[in-house]
Amino acid sequence: MAENKSNSKAVIVKDLVKKFGSFVANDHLNFEVDKGEIFGFLGANGAGKTTAIKILCGLSHPTSGEVNVAGYDIYKQRDLIKKNIGYMSQKFSLYDDLSIAENIRFYGGIYGLSRKKIKEKTAEYIEKLGLQAYTKSMVKELPLGFKQKLAFSVAIVHDPPIVFLDEPTGGVDPITRRQFWELIYKEAAKGKTIFVTTHYMDEAEYCDRVSIMVDGRIEALDKPAILKETYNAESMEEVFIQLARG
Amino acid sequence: MKNFIIKEFLQIFRDKRSLIILFGIPIIQVLLFGFALKNEIRDVPIAILDNSKDLYSQQLITKILSSEYFILEENVQSEKAIENAFRKGKIKQLIVIENNFTENLERENRAKIQLILDASDPNTAGMINSYTSAIISNFEREINPSFAGVPMIIPETQMRYNPKLDSVFMFVPGVITIVLMLVSAMMTSISIAREKELGTMEVLLVSPIKPIQIILGKVFPYVILSFISALIILGLAFTVFEMPIVGNIPLLLAESLLFIIMALSLGIFISTAANSQQVAMLLSMFALLLPSILLSGFIFPLKNMPDIIQYIGYAMPPKWFVIIIKNIMIKGNGIGSVWKETLIILGFTVFFIGLSIKKFKIRLE
Repeated sequence: MAENKSNSKAVIVKDLVKKFGSFVANDHLNFEVDKGEIFGFLGANGAGKTTAIKILCGLSHPTSGEVNVAGYDIYKQRDLIKKNIGYMSQKFSLYDDLSIAENIRFYGGIYGLSRKKIKEKTAEYIEKLGLQAYTKSMVKELPLGFKQKLAFSVAIVHDPPIVFLDEPTGGVDPITRRQFWELIYKEAAKGKTIFVTTHYMDEAEYCDRVSIMVDGRIEALDKPAILKETYNAESMEEVFIQLARG
Repeated sequence: MKNFIIKEFLQIFRDKRSLIILFGIPIIQVLLFGFALKNEIRDVPIAILDNSKDLYSQQLITKILSSEYFILEENVQSEKAIENAFRKGKIKQLIVIENNFTENLERENRAKIQLILDASDPNTAGMINSYTSAIISNFEREINPSFAGVPMIIPETQMRYNPKLDSVFMFVPGVITIVLMLVSAMMTSISIAREKELGTMEVLLVSPIKPIQIILGKVFPYVILSFISALIILGLAFTVFEMPIVGNIPLLLAESLLFIIMALSLGIFISTAANSQQVAMLLSMFALLLPSILLSGFIFPLKNMPDIIQYIGYAMPPKWFVIIIKNIMIKGNGIGSVWKETLIILGFTVFFIGLSIKKFKIRLE
């Protein structure tokens, strides 16, 4: 994993505030994510995780504060950010009634990939994910595990330096989750930055660093091992419960 | 965007339900309305009270009864029996011919006929009335081509554009309107809502593709398919029902295209309010389909409705489109006579697109 060097930040957030009327969803968030890092973004439901991830992806405007993603400013260079990030939500974001190749062609096309590149990617994914038996079927016929891994691969079809994963393993069995994390590790090893939100505390242990949000603020941010030490806890789950209960 | 359109077509053609809505419903509707739901009249039971029993009165009665619209249920003998004839509930109309009918016509150029109608169903009554009046005025012209002192009001307007009185001519414009509304607005709103429901919309919004490209990419296939649908309906009307298309066909098609775009922008607007396919479907059904059937004046004449409902009818885009296509198709009028309605539909289009953009921006904030 990349060490913390200056000028090697994938995400820089300074004093980010997001208000909906009088409700403060994000209250002066400050954090940085290193390039090549797996950054866990945790928090209870309603803590403000989704709001923050939406701002980072350009789906929502911040009320105030500085945000820099992949070296680009969120206010002025939104188009460049969009080209340099991948995004996957727990809803998988593939089209059920298209085949694997058609899905890749569609998303590849949206990111402006050449026809040749799309062909290469399609062959590569089918090979890498072991989907040979499913080349003719629609995505809805794929087993859940395959579908999810394919969704992740499609989310990075344009080879972005940063990938945002919003609860990517929601509703998936433990074995599939483990396989999915292996895939994440492989991509991180290639230098991609992974920004992931999750509810599963065992997954939090897989991250290089995690931040825990409570009521719109980041209450803790560090390596899982250090957090466990600080809060004198056996597992990340205990850390989380201590913090979330306040 | 090319990719988007290809993908959209693939999805439409793989979804049997979409195909049925797109092509099955138009065909079924045209055939249904054309054959089964004709509201033209045929073999209506009537009664006659002939006080004259002379040459012209007999000729007129023969003419009415040979028209195949009416059959004689009863010969009423006196004024007193009229009430009784209606009480039996069978006859829809009673024709009273005054005394000395022939003499009055020849000497004074003036004769009276009374048409008494069962108006419990006002639409049918209105139709029977105009059919009968038309036959009578025909008769007048036959017996005296230069006849001036006409006792009856001649409902020329009812007959002129539809000489055979085939109601399918009236239905085709309505069916086109409803189908275009249904296909365009409902299908787009459902298909956009589906992307939201499945979460793919979020992914698209994160991608470098612009929202306007997303919308255009989604809408374009439906413009084409709706247009094909309209052509199918016109083709059926032309071949199966031998409906003449009097007016300028390019103008008719251009107006259809404008209406399709209006319906699509309405569909986009609905989808900004609906987050799931069911909601989009229900909104389309209740906000579009029912009002456009009931209030466009296509089945039920608006003028029979209370004022307030008539005003609501003015706010229904289909009403204006029905006027446009009736004018072009049946009367053969040009753009000169429908420019006002065209502008109104254009106005609706701009209005819905504006609203959608505004709503979309609010969502991003």
